[in-house]
Amino acid sequence: MIEFQNVTKKYDNGVLALDRVSVKIDKGEFVFIVGPSGAGKSTFIKAVLKEVDVTSGNIAVDDMDITKLHRRRVPYLRRKVGVVFQDFRLLPNKTVYENIAFAMEITGTPHRNIRKQVPMILALVGLNGKGNFYPNQLSGGEQQRVSIARSIINNPPILIADEPTGNLDPDTSWEIMKVLRTINRRGTTILMATHDREIVDIMKKRVIALENGQIARDDKVGVYGYDD
Amino acid sequence: MMIKPVFTLKEAFKNLWRNRLMSIASISSVSATLLILGIIFALILNINAMAQSAKDQFDSIQVYLRDDLSSEEVIALQDKIKGVEGVSDVVYESKSDALKRMKESWQDNAYLLEGLESNPLPSSLIVYLSDIYYSSSVLNEVQKLDGIEEIKSYQDIVEQLLSITEGIRKTGIIVIFVLIAISTFIIHNTIKLTVNSRRREINIMKYVGATNWFIRWPFLAEGTMLGLIGAGISALAMKFAYDYVFELMHSDFYVLVSAYVIPPTDLMKDVLFLFLVIGAGIGALGSIWSMRKYLNV
Repeated sequence: MIEFQNVTKKYDNGVLALDRVSVKIDKGEFVFIVGPSGAGKSTFIKAVLKEVDVTSGNIAVDDMDITKLHRRRVPYLRRKVGVVFQDFRLLPNKTVYENIAFAMEITGTPHRNIRKQVPMILALVGLNGKGNFYPNQLSGGEQQRVSIARSIINNPPILIADEPTGNLDPDTSWEIMKVLRTINRRGTTILMATHDREIVDIMKKRVIALENGQIARDDKVGVYGYDD
Repeated sequence: MMIKPVFTLKEAFKNLWRNRLMSIASISSVSATLLILGIIFALILNINAMAQSAKDQFDSIQVYLRDDLSSEEVIALQDKIKGVEGVSDVVYESKSDALKRMKESWQDNAYLLEGLESNPLPSSLIVYLSDIYYSSSVLNEVQKLDGIEEIKSYQDIVEQLLSITEGIRKTGIIVIFVLIAISTFIIHNTIKLTVNSRRREINIMKYVGATNWFIRWPFLAEGTMLGLIGAGISALAMKFAYDYVFELMHSDFYVLVSAYVIPPTDLMKDVLFLFLVIGAGIGALGSIWSMRKYLNV
């Protein structure tokens, strides 16, 4: 599903963010990416989204080499990779329904389908009946659910979550993890960067640890492994 | 990619209203630019038309002959002038021909000429030029010849007219380019305000996989609309102004000039087309320019 082959990313300011990284993530996997700040987690994620162009090596996403993907094709890559951020990134002047529908309008989904699918996805993330609320009327956990709903509404095979629980209290974080697990069970490959030791240790999923731009550890059933 | 024209237009109007001060500034600058462009355009067209008719009328030199020339001398002179480069034809006009022509041109007032005891008009050779540009060289040659009383040419007028046309055309083009650049810049700034206020939205759109054109389209519509509104206003202003000037030209005072002035309907068709195209162009260019930075996520 995602394959890095000897990927190196050196920024213009000389920082080596990824150093000959090779890794393969299969369809349906749930993978944590951990590591200290500045270890290359963000760059790893940005490389999958082609937000940054890597200096050397190849990256394949959904069996497609994206290294030489034309700028104009990048939007179509992004439709295959849903993204959830720490800060939710919802539009404050749009309702929950509109925030999600917006992602479908972009891909040209007919309104009939949008009206059908948005309530379904809201039910999946546990926001039944909250469609007409505005983001500021929701709790942080609820806002993150909206953001998750938006990221998977177009059925992407891959979901990237960049510290999705970073702004949430432990209980709420677990609610979010349950939602992500449900989505993963439906077949979506999930890649989650996190600093949350408890979540990583309890979930017992594959853990890839990055340090100084290199893969320090890649365990099938891993633990967080750092003292914060 | 899906584009909903009605929705886009509504959104665009909403944004224009939200930033109405900047919108007004943009529209005014486009209007002012186009109005000045229109005035220069009208001037150039009119002067071109005038220069053209002047060329057609003044492509001859009238060489008045001394009264004491014999007909042989006249024919010799005529042949000599025919040989000069740039001369297409030389026609002899006798004293009585000249009087007849004068009577014709005076029409109703011709009776005034009846009282003349002798014909005061000189005989002349009318030298037709193959091109107006030969006028000075031909003039030089003819001046060297004997038996000539006076030479009347329109060279000065034509030359002046041509140099004025050139001058107006050149400064006009420079002024227009500067103004277009300024207007584009002002629209660029206006659209940047909307783009800025919707930076978050654009950023999210990029992550959800919106194509650049999907994102660009509403802003492009907004900028183009600013340009078109400006074009409309300046076209109206131009129409009133030109109608007024045209009327003025047709009052008795300027009746001599008015024959060369292009009528409003002919001119306004070109002006309207020009305004709409340039207005929309300025708007589109300004908005695409303002988006460049934000599309690279």
